[in-house]
Amino acid sequence: MTSSKANRRSGRRHPMMGVLLLVIGLFATGGVYAATSAGIAHADTPPESTLALVDEGERLFMANCASCHGLNGEGAQSGPTVIGVGALSVDFQVGTGRMPMAASGPQAAKKPAQFTQPQIDALGAWVASLAPGPGLPDPAYYAADGDVANGAELFRVNCAMCHNVAGAGGALTEGKYAPHLRDLEPIHVYGAMVTGPQSMPVFNDMNLSPEEKNDVISYLNYMDENPSVGGFSLGSLGPVSEGLFIWIIGLGGLIAVAIWLTARSN
Amino acid sequence: MADKPPSTDLVAGSSQDDNDPGTAVVPSEGLTNPGLPPEHLRVTDLDPKEEKKAERRIAFFFTLSIVGSVGAAMAYVVFPIIPGDMQSVRFNNMFVGLFAAVGLLGVGIGAVHWAKSLMHGHELVEERHPTRGTEESRSAAIETFAQANKESGFTRRSLVRNTLIGAMIATPVPAVVLFRDLAPSYDPVKLLKQTMWAEGVRLAKDPSGIPIKASEVTIGSAFQVIPEGLAELEYHRIEEKAKAAVLLMRLPIDELNVSPERETWSYQGIVAYSKICTHVGCPVALYEQQTHHLLCPCHQSAFNVSNECEVIFGPAARPLPQLPITIDDEGYLVAQSDFTEPVGPSFWERRR
Repeated sequence: MTSSKANRRSGRRHPMMGVLLLVIGLFATGGVYAATSAGIAHADTPPESTLALVDEGERLFMANCASCHGLNGEGAQSGPTVIGVGALSVDFQVGTGRMPMAASGPQAAKKPAQFTQPQIDALGAWVASLAPGPGLPDPAYYAADGDVANGAELFRVNCAMCHNVAGAGGALTEGKYAPHLRDLEPIHVYGAMVTGPQSMPVFNDMNLSPEEKNDVISYLNYMDENPSVGGFSLGSLGPVSEGLFIWIIGLGGLIAVAIWLTARSN
Repeated sequence: MADKPPSTDLVAGSSQDDNDPGTAVVPSEGLTNPGLPPEHLRVTDLDPKEEKKAERRIAFFFTLSIVGSVGAAMAYVVFPIIPGDMQSVRFNNMFVGLFAAVGLLGVGIGAVHWAKSLMHGHELVEERHPTRGTEESRSAAIETFAQANKESGFTRRSLVRNTLIGAMIATPVPAVVLFRDLAPSYDPVKLLKQTMWAEGVRLAKDPSGIPIKASEVTIGSAFQVIPEGLAELEYHRIEEKAKAAVLLMRLPIDELNVSPERETWSYQGIVAYSKICTHVGCPVALYEQQTHHLLCPCHQSAFNVSNECEVIFGPAARPLPQLPITIDDEGYLVAQSDFTEPVGPSFWERRR
């Protein structure tokens, strides 16, 4: 579709332009197809209209989600309702592989995503068609080009108590935990803040404005790209790993030196 | 009893009573000085080849130290700190540190190895000199004191002596008065019992200080809250924040169990609790949105927000104090009053 449109327009331009665009278009389509079809048997090219997208999403939901979330997404004993959670929640839960859940437990863990992005978008479109909910944000709000210092302060105030000031994650109660925040997709960070998945509280746009969310994402991005200046961070876990290191390696080394100093020379 | 050591004897009386378990053993002949152990010769003392080897080893460590020290200086130049580039700081710190460590350790290890393997290793005995001085120096000291007393008249002129003692006692008085002022001039107990919250103070977002409307707090939300005006405080901002920090949450109303006297303290399921743990004052802000549990990161005290932050686990002694809130005519969340009890950990005057 893209290439035919380009062809039509190219009539008024350089004759070779059409060929060039056709080649680019073919490569792009092929590339997207190759990237999205991996591991999924029945992957099609992305549905063209919203209606088709919703239909595709409904089929995927029936096949993969309805056993827990109910045939109409109304929820069941083993899963909550998805009515009104919005496309952003679907993007986060399915995009990070948390859904479908591998097994019921205190917390759904992050794992490789089972669906391709077009399929996730289709699922999201169907869920969004059930009831209004948070939708996908403008890409400008997760471009990670915001104010890193402000993001760091917001992170310390709102996120660091659970996720650790360096984003290393931490434990909660009864087997639940706050996951680490290293090398995440910015859209997933944004989605988590807006939708408040699982134990996480909601940070809606009135609490952290979209610009502030971008600042937080920028801070996390900065942490990913800049190494610790102090040498080995030992997982940035603070006194536990650092204490273990200094008690075993540090004190052990001192004891070894003391033994060597006082031992009788051979 | 036949294998009793020859140098000991049983305490009189106990040998007759075989049932007595407490047989004290006392030395009767005293301990004999075993003397110095026979001198131990090192391989470097015996074998000139080993001596040469040790010499080379020590020289190696000293050379290594030179390499380290020069290397540290070179690393500082080779890995300069580029402003804004954290990777450069990391390399600079790491390589300068590693080479400098080799420079210092090389000298230390070489010196110790030198002392242990090559330096003269014979043992010798050195007697301590006696603590008591000689009779002459002792009597000379007494004589000096007596002469000083005679010449100054310290014991004879009692008026001078007593006024001097009085003056010495009075000297530190100004210091006592001045240093006393270093203590807080106000009553710290009163400060511990009150915070910045008062009737009509708006709840504002931390750190921006923007007031929060009740409509902005959706279900499942958690807001980190400071009193409005705290962000603009010029003095004691941190101290005030440490007492007034509040966590604002909105729960589904049916999941909130409210006691009759607190029915007016929340607004449409929006509740505000002190963020300062009642154990030792860590910020309690690990809020689990689904279970409504609050967890303190320091000592794992857990509070149940559904039941007015009662303690469900851990060392905290009291529930977190609740801030009574309502809305003003513009829809902003405001405090009804200060906390009704002191926030944070117990203190002496609180007795609980």
